[in-house]
Amino acid sequence: MDLSFRHAWSVWRRNATLYRRTWKLTILPNFFEPVFYLTAIGIGVGAYISDIGGMRYIEFLTPGMLAVAAMHGASFEVTYNVYVRIHFEKAYDGMLTTPVGPDDILVGEVLWSMTRSLFYGGGFFIVAMLFGLVPFPGGLAALVVIPLAGLLFAAIGFAFTIRIPTIDVFSFYFTLFLTPLFLFSDVFFPIGERLPGAWLIVAEALPLLHPVRLARSAFQGEWGWIALWDAGYILVVSAVLLEFARRGVRKRLMS
Amino acid sequence: MPVPLQGVSVASTESRSPVVSMRGVTKRYGERRAVDGLDLDVPEGQCFGLLGPNGAGKTTTLRMIYGASQPSAGAVSVFGLEVARSAREVRARLGVTLQDNVLIETATARENMQIFGRHYLLDADTIARRADTLVEFLQLGSHADMIVRRLSGGFKRRLAIALSLMNMPELLILDEPTTGLDPNVRQGLWSRVRALRASGTTVLITTHYMDEAERLCDRVVIMARGRAIADDAPAALIATHLAREAIEFDCDEAEERRFLASLGNGVPHLRAGNRTMAFADDASRLQDALRDLDGGDRRPIVLRPANLEDVFLSLSGTRLDGEG
Repeated sequence: MDLSFRHAWSVWRRNATLYRRTWKLTILPNFFEPVFYLTAIGIGVGAYISDIGGMRYIEFLTPGMLAVAAMHGASFEVTYNVYVRIHFEKAYDGMLTTPVGPDDILVGEVLWSMTRSLFYGGGFFIVAMLFGLVPFPGGLAALVVIPLAGLLFAAIGFAFTIRIPTIDVFSFYFTLFLTPLFLFSDVFFPIGERLPGAWLIVAEALPLLHPVRLARSAFQGEWGWIALWDAGYILVVSAVLLEFARRGVRKRLMS
Repeated sequence: MPVPLQGVSVASTESRSPVVSMRGVTKRYGERRAVDGLDLDVPEGQCFGLLGPNGAGKTTTLRMIYGASQPSAGAVSVFGLEVARSAREVRARLGVTLQDNVLIETATARENMQIFGRHYLLDADTIARRADTLVEFLQLGSHADMIVRRLSGGFKRRLAIALSLMNMPELLILDEPTTGLDPNVRQGLWSRVRALRASGTTVLITTHYMDEAERLCDRVVIMARGRAIADDAPAALIATHLAREAIEFDCDEAEERRFLASLGNGVPHLRAGNRTMAFADDASRLQDALRDLDGGDRRPIVLRPANLEDVFLSLSGTRLDGEG
């Protein structure tokens, strides 16, 4: 491990400088996507659901969608964008001619993905506030979940992207990995009441359930021991995958 | 025009320890040896050429010099530092222009310089100042504020070189700097390389253009199959391996044998296709001998100075074909 935070920061700033050119294009979809979900599913579908654990359906849905927004924000960055930087722009080959090292590249990119997850998750949070769905001040604690989910999905995505042979493999990542996570991680329905026991163990092993549960705890202001397990899962799995990604970076860029 | 770049001070050029030193360096990829037992010394303040055909191991050699790749065996040191241990420190003091431009196509030339300058931890003022200097030095002019995607190949290449000069390197590494460029753009880049060398920067250049090496380099190493097969000043290589001048003409093999025999078989020569090249310090002697044999001026004969390409053909020919 040879990390220089200042060099990692120069990698972050590269992305930030370039993002300044395009943020206006991404901010609108960013804003409207959660509006569509909250109205169609929260209000539209929710109208047929009398209550769910004592709350309105849209109140159940909102914290889950917050974690999903953070997941998507980080995932797009470390999949397609990182792949393009490796293979098409050769950006990392250029960086490796400067004092920037492979660990700096990894950390800079992960920090930038977490930043993108803050834009997505933060955008959703503001929309949810405008809908009057964020309990004050307890709901503010859910803001911490955004960078945690960002870190987790940046680590997963980067570890994947650094090793895949072609860009086409991302369709598997999104359709066969992120989509089922999105649908079966307590976002739309309480999986504990609907999935058979064996599947609950599988869900517990998968990443999205944990940020969703943390965000819901924050919104409901009910913290239990399970929050420690969720936070621990996120930190430990992120650390393990970052180490895996770190080796992948050396293998891919420095053979 | 003034040369605004100062690489190393005059005092330090007096110490003659090599800037780059490689000893017994091998790089294996599976069974293949891209670089095979290479010894190399790049002296300070010179323009040093690494020549060879595609696949000779030039780029792999460079990658080990700036620490983007680790040798399978052997030692690489730059500025007296072991690259494997001090890659960050070594890279802070050198600049590399890669064979493929690594420019950000969606940003302006100046933004590219800004982003690259930050990788060297330069502050904003220094970056702006150096960008101005480099825009002038590489004659980027108003192109500096254009989006890179809209620049021509020549301007992109100049920008790529500007990026590798952001840290005012003591050693500039150029990997195939003029491949695919127009002749006038190549001339322009050569003049910039000469200016850098004149200001004290050590330049390490790879190329498969022998004319480029002959015009720019104080010293060249010719590589083939991962090994150095010759190492000297271009003129000395030509003098040692061949002779100062050459004649070229088309003939069949029997004619070639008769021609060489008429000169006593001591003449260095090469054959490529049905063309024969023969070498002598005064090649008009060869031309006269051929006309005597032909009984007059019966075929086109080219009389020219011998060049590095001849040396390369003669060396790689004998080594690769196993003739001598």
